[in-house]
Amino acid sequence: MTADRPDGARFSFDGSPVPFTPGQSVGAALWASGVRSWRSTRHEGRPRGLFCGIGVCFDCLLTVDGRADQRACVTPARPGLDVRTQVGSGSDGG
Amino acid sequence: MFTAVTFALRRAEPAPDVVVVGAGVVGAACALAAAEAGLAVTVLDRGPLAGGTTSAGEGNLLVSDKPPGPELALALHSLDAWATLARELTERTGRPGGGFEFEAKGGLIVATGEAALADVATLATAQRGAGVTVTDVPAAGLSDLEPHLAPDLAGGAFYPQDAQLQPVLAAAHLLARARDLGARVLPGTEVVGLLRSGGRVVGVRTAGGELPAGAVVNAAGPWASAIGELAGVRLPVLPRRGVILVTTPLPPLIRHKVYAAEYVADVASDHAGLESSAVVEGTPSGTVLVGASRERVGFAPGMPVAVLRRLARQAVRLFPVLGGARLLRTYRGYRPYCPDHLPVIGADPRAPGLFHACGHEGAGIGLAAGTGLLVAQVLAGRTPDLDLTPFRPERFEEPAA
Amino acid sequence: MAAERQLDGVREGDTAGVVDVVVVGAGPAGLAAAVEAATAGARVVVLDDQPRPGGQYWRQGPAGPGRYHHDRAGWDRLAEGLRGQVAAGRVDHRPDHQVWRLDGPGDGPGDGHRGALVVVHAVTGGRGADGEVPVTLRARAVVVATGAHDRVLPFPGWELPGVLTPGAVQALLKEHGVVAGRRVVVGGSGPFLLPVATALLQAGAQVPALVEAGDGRGWLRGWRGLAAGTDRLGEAAGYAAVLARHRVRPRLRHAVVAAHGNDRVEAVTVARLDAGGAIVPGSGRQVAADTVAVGWGFTARVDLALQAGAVAVPSPDGGTAVAADPFGRTAVPGVLVAGELLGVGGAPLAVLTGRLAGTAAAAHALGRPVPPPAAVADLLRRRRRATAFAHTLATAHPVPPGWPGWLDDATVVCRCEEVRLGRLHEAIDVLGATDPRTAKLLTRTGMGWCQGRSCAEATSTLVAVRCGTAPEPGWNVRPVAVPLTLDALAAGDDDPS
Repeated sequence: MTADRPDGARFSFDGSPVPFTPGQSVGAALWASGVRSWRSTRHEGRPRGLFCGIGVCFDCLLTVDGRADQRACVTPARPGLDVRTQVGSGSDGG
Repeated sequence: MFTAVTFALRRAEPAPDVVVVGAGVVGAACALAAAEAGLAVTVLDRGPLAGGTTSAGEGNLLVSDKPPGPELALALHSLDAWATLARELTERTGRPGGGFEFEAKGGLIVATGEAALADVATLATAQRGAGVTVTDVPAAGLSDLEPHLAPDLAGGAFYPQDAQLQPVLAAAHLLARARDLGARVLPGTEVVGLLRSGGRVVGVRTAGGELPAGAVVNAAGPWASAIGELAGVRLPVLPRRGVILVTTPLPPLIRHKVYAAEYVADVASDHAGLESSAVVEGTPSGTVLVGASRERVGFAPGMPVAVLRRLARQAVRLFPVLGGARLLRTYRGYRPYCPDHLPVIGADPRAPGLFHACGHEGAGIGLAAGTGLLVAQVLAGRTPDLDLTPFRPERFEEPAA
Repeated sequence: MAAERQLDGVREGDTAGVVDVVVVGAGPAGLAAAVEAATAGARVVVLDDQPRPGGQYWRQGPAGPGRYHHDRAGWDRLAEGLRGQVAAGRVDHRPDHQVWRLDGPGDGPGDGHRGALVVVHAVTGGRGADGEVPVTLRARAVVVATGAHDRVLPFPGWELPGVLTPGAVQALLKEHGVVAGRRVVVGGSGPFLLPVATALLQAGAQVPALVEAGDGRGWLRGWRGLAAGTDRLGEAAGYAAVLARHRVRPRLRHAVVAAHGNDRVEAVTVARLDAGGAIVPGSGRQVAADTVAVGWGFTARVDLALQAGAVAVPSPDGGTAVAADPFGRTAVPGVLVAGELLGVGGAPLAVLTGRLAGTAAAAHALGRPVPPPAAVADLLRRRRRATAFAHTLATAHPVPPGWPGWLDDATVVCRCEEVRLGRLHEAIDVLGATDPRTAKLLTRTGMGWCQGRSCAEATSTLVAVRCGTAPEPGWNVRPVAVPLTLDALAAGDDDPS
């Protein structure tokens, strides 16, 4: 089943555009685009993406508009968001 | 709550030289030092190892917050002992920091105003005379030490001797080493009485049976007065609740232990209400810890939101970047304190055979290693490295001079 | 620092902004409680962490219920009830509000909060865009209806991207219109696996394996019992038909015991289990899959109720529930629970318990006695039957006791802190840990972002197995139910005292 994708509804993921439908979370939109991981763990550098999908497990963290540690599965996708893979705890400094 | 693991005490085994009551960091240090001195040791705890105040500690090993006096002398002695322990355990196990995240990261006191800064400088001068290494830091020098500090602080003082460790790991590793040397550790074993012979304490009674011993060491933290009662001696150790905030894991932001000058005044105060001043540090796992509230509420178990808010405000005042950091959890413990804010260390003349290693208030982690060495020296009949007169247990019953 | 928002939904003339009833959660139980309390005359504020009501069971996108929506009639009834009460000004529904702490009425100085009110500490905003803002409500009664999340157990490779929970598959589909994968293995135990597998098939995915660790009796009992008075038997037949049409045969007494792949899952090992849940040697078979959904029923989200002083009790499915009377009243006056917190039992039961809790909450808030049993006899009777039934179902889908044997020392136990089983064992064997809390403090298991939601139950079992002791359910108490910024914490309103 493919979702409808209205023109123009895109956010950026590591610089590339990702389409989304109204109401989709960043995590769902990435998943629909075939992306399975967007974080590397802080000790072993292993990839993580969605796990529980409902905001409980905190595995799906990524960086949105410069803010680290956003749960992709409960962050609403919005046009123009700058979403980035998060390495460990995110970049140094606030 | 935990599952009690009660071991049957086998009378066929020879009685240990020492029973240590309390498997927290102080009990662990006493046990290891006694074992290293060649004594046969059994450690008992009604709960799991390090399950009391130790598990609620921040891991502070400070000289910076102590004015000259017996506690500062003990702190200097104990810091050396910790560094030695960490080094030895690292050599033995290959784990860094002794296996318990020991880090001589240094401490930075900051002052929010000129008056506080003057107090900091005065204290530093006095501490230098007592063997503490301290550097005055002007306002302009703070950001080199801590780039994320608020830019409007008046200045501070830096103490390279201050250190940090992870308290539960420390207690566990000390006990593990003690076990290697032949000590027994029995969690889930509550001491319900003391064995007496004439006036001497000659062992303990537990739910699982009697355990005779050459000596008993009271390292029961905020519950130490109850052990004293079993011996019929008064030990006015009371609990002082403290709450700590823990953030989610963050990139490295804070390099040292950092706290406001008000912390020093708080430690020494007798005010019964809420006192808190921020003590902030990062940890190897990336979380930032924010302490340290002080309330005299007995063993009340709560962590009032007002306390959490105040700690958060104080932390953000020092490090604005922490405003965006997220609170992940909070924990609380009970510091064991005596009316004169000094610990109780050494033999109890009122109950020969009973020794104390308790009442360390909020400095228990830092003072544990030194306490252990001193208690072991006393147990082995040697002269302790420090004069224990200020820490004598019978001091509370002496008439005022 | 952000200032605290003003409240709506406050009764005129109330002092200090006191609300009659706060309901936490807008799933089946929370909605039912809110509508019932408002009908009884209380002014209600519903705080929900989702953008739209419905909880998990009635999860939906902005266009409303879609083709995978269960029990449409039940949803329509409740949604209409909510709309009516909101329009009448009796219910103030606040989406995107996360409650991080609940304080029951206190009476001691050590609690920092005196008085007979329940204090609800929440934050709103802060999802990717703006900063968070604190919201503090004082209520005469609070109904905690926070639902449940999938119960998970570690297995080798479970941390690979593409390994999900059944709940994640449903959320992706129902709310976001996304199919979780092309070849999706579904496994674990419990009646929930059936709607997940059939929805995937209907959405066009393949399900190369549907594995249930139990022996199937539970499914039969489940659907027969749920059928009474509802359309559930027809629903069950529908599932069976979809599976048959797609030639998916559920394999009973089987489990996913490992996931394989480099940076994402590529295959799983499915193995047969003996009666104790251990892998039958030589029975493992590889199944290619790009997605894996494994779940073992649900874990109730009891944090807020326990924070407020309610008592935890074991639930029939081996998890933790909150002790309460048939009206959902806990030991703490003014603190009630509804839905899965009373013991996982599904949506129809949640609606029943929600209605009873709403009734009692309103009565408490308005200073009236609860209705006499005769007046709510039908509700109480249906609740009793559905609870007994849920109990039967729960005991028919036990977690196989032998699951720890599927792990080896390299298996990740704590996903957040990346703690492998070998380190837990070392904490026990070398460092002397004899209980889960000590093992946690020595290894950081359960100390990461999710605070043990993915690993605490498993850790309790793994520690008990290694120590030869009994597991301790509910040892993991969370004083902060969801992370909030220090700014939001600092800016909040202090409790009255």
